[in-house]
Amino acid sequence: MNSQPDPMNGTPLQSPAVVPVVLPAARPFFWSLRREFWENRFIYIAPSAVAAVFLVGFLISTLHLTARIRHTSDLTPMQQADRIVHGYDIAALAIMAATFILAFFYCLDALYGERRDRSILFWKSMPVSDLTTVLAKASIPLLILPLLTFALTVATHCIMLVLSSAAWLGSGQSLATLWTELSLLSRWEGLLFHLVVVHGLWYGPLYGWMLLVSAWAQRAPFLWALLPPVVISALEKIIFDTSHFANLIASVIGAGDGGAVTGKASNSMAMIAHPGLAESLTSPGLWIGLAVTAAFLAIAVRLRRYRVPI
Amino acid sequence: MACIEARGLRKAFGATVALDGINLRVEDGRILGLIGPNGAGKTTALNAILGLSPYQGELRVLGRDPWTERDRLMCDVAFISDVAVLPRWMKVSQALTYVAGVHPRFDRAKAESFLAKTSIRSGSKVRELSKGMVTQLHLALVMAIDAKLLVLDEPTLGLDILYRKQFYDSLLNDYFDRSRTILVATHQVDEIQNVLTDLVFIDRGRLVFGCSMEEFESRYLEVSVNPERLAAAREFKPMHERHALGRSILLFDLKPDRVDRQQLAALGDVRTPSIRDLFVAVMGSQPVQGHPAQTQPVQGVMS
Repeated sequence: MNSQPDPMNGTPLQSPAVVPVVLPAARPFFWSLRREFWENRFIYIAPSAVAAVFLVGFLISTLHLTARIRHTSDLTPMQQADRIVHGYDIAALAIMAATFILAFFYCLDALYGERRDRSILFWKSMPVSDLTTVLAKASIPLLILPLLTFALTVATHCIMLVLSSAAWLGSGQSLATLWTELSLLSRWEGLLFHLVVVHGLWYGPLYGWMLLVSAWAQRAPFLWALLPPVVISALEKIIFDTSHFANLIASVIGAGDGGAVTGKASNSMAMIAHPGLAESLTSPGLWIGLAVTAAFLAIAVRLRRYRVPI
Repeated sequence: MACIEARGLRKAFGATVALDGINLRVEDGRILGLIGPNGAGKTTALNAILGLSPYQGELRVLGRDPWTERDRLMCDVAFISDVAVLPRWMKVSQALTYVAGVHPRFDRAKAESFLAKTSIRSGSKVRELSKGMVTQLHLALVMAIDAKLLVLDEPTLGLDILYRKQFYDSLLNDYFDRSRTILVATHQVDEIQNVLTDLVFIDRGRLVFGCSMEEFESRYLEVSVNPERLAAAREFKPMHERHALGRSILLFDLKPDRVDRQQLAALGDVRTPSIRDLFVAVMGSQPVQGHPAQTQPVQGVMS
């Protein structure tokens, strides 16, 4: 292993800020991550497109609202502010939903696509371990996508703020009412918490499971990912007439409830009125989930070692 | 320490034995051809050497166990497996950047100078390149890696004749330097005859023949015998006999000392056989067990 910086001068895709003297062990990880972005450009294009479409819609509805405020005064300033604020939550939810869905498809293809197109033989000809590869792929849904969602939502909110402030001023009202009602900073804080704790940590077992299936399946990883949970739930219902397993899965998906096994999906309030960091991080459910995630990923690493093209 | 050392290498897929106790020792600086019909176990052997699949028996590549140390081994080993395995979405420039990023022994400038000799543009995606160009790209990447061992598995399969010639030419002229070892598995034997230093035949998971090319040239002779001398020639117990253009072509092994070069020269035109002819002779002497590859061991190559 060489420790001096590699001859990577003149690499157009490389900004100098990203290449400090990286530890030799971190280099393969960094480049494995980098190549995921090259291969799966939808990771950032899809949520950006959702944000762009949303912004156009928001612009139209803001113009509409402004016209309405100007001509009729059937809305009190508080109601008007409410309408605008509602748009900000919808924006966050839309981007979040987009990244959640793409995380799902990303995971199912991550260790399956490289076998289907035989490129696994190229990746394995490089001095990159299976552990590094799987960890790089797992960090996309666990870490990168939540942070990307956050950054994109903040950017979208900022553009929305400019639009709605202009509209608000145009209708001759004080910005203070709107900004107080929006309270963007606490909204962002709640969002970041929700993304990191729920999407990053609570959903870990889901992503881990899908990565495992994508390393294992010889075809149709989508079906194989869904089949076992459905079959186990059904068998449990038939044999014991209970639904513990179904509830367990529902509790992972509905992680916004702070881990209570109620099977209720998280709602948009969860990101504003979050239960508190300490409370979430001491929940045993979270830690059990993380242990399960680690186990799933370990199996995925092991499977990839044995894998050759399909 | 040898570059590759295998003892009793075995691999079975269920009831099918793909490698049946292989002993192989490849010294540094050799170019070994692993020749065999389809399904003989070539790829299985290479996969074991490259750490792509587990195996039974003893195997050391550059002193390492490939199965447990693949990532470290790949710092010193490069391989082109099958034909095009470069990811189709990748741009040429991305391939260069990626390999420069993960491989400590990759010289990007060298790869770029190889690519400059081709018509491959750095902005192209792999999916836009022809099969021959993808192979050129892969070869440029691999030759820019300062590896100790290069493994090639049917590297020219599906390429047209120009690319095939070029492939081995650049390998010999721009890459091989006696400190490296190259292992080529192929059944297109004609094109590598002048490239190899050593030769191994594999059939049904066993190494059935092996020698250096010097030994090959001094030990085996092919005689194009005139019809009236055929009976006399057969007295010397040829390994194999075939007929072409009205003459009989007999292949002799000089090792058992039944016959020498002068005696054979008196029978007709003497020349060094092609690897393909020896392959047919060796495979023909193997016991046939209804093995489909047995009847036609060598695929029709450009001849």
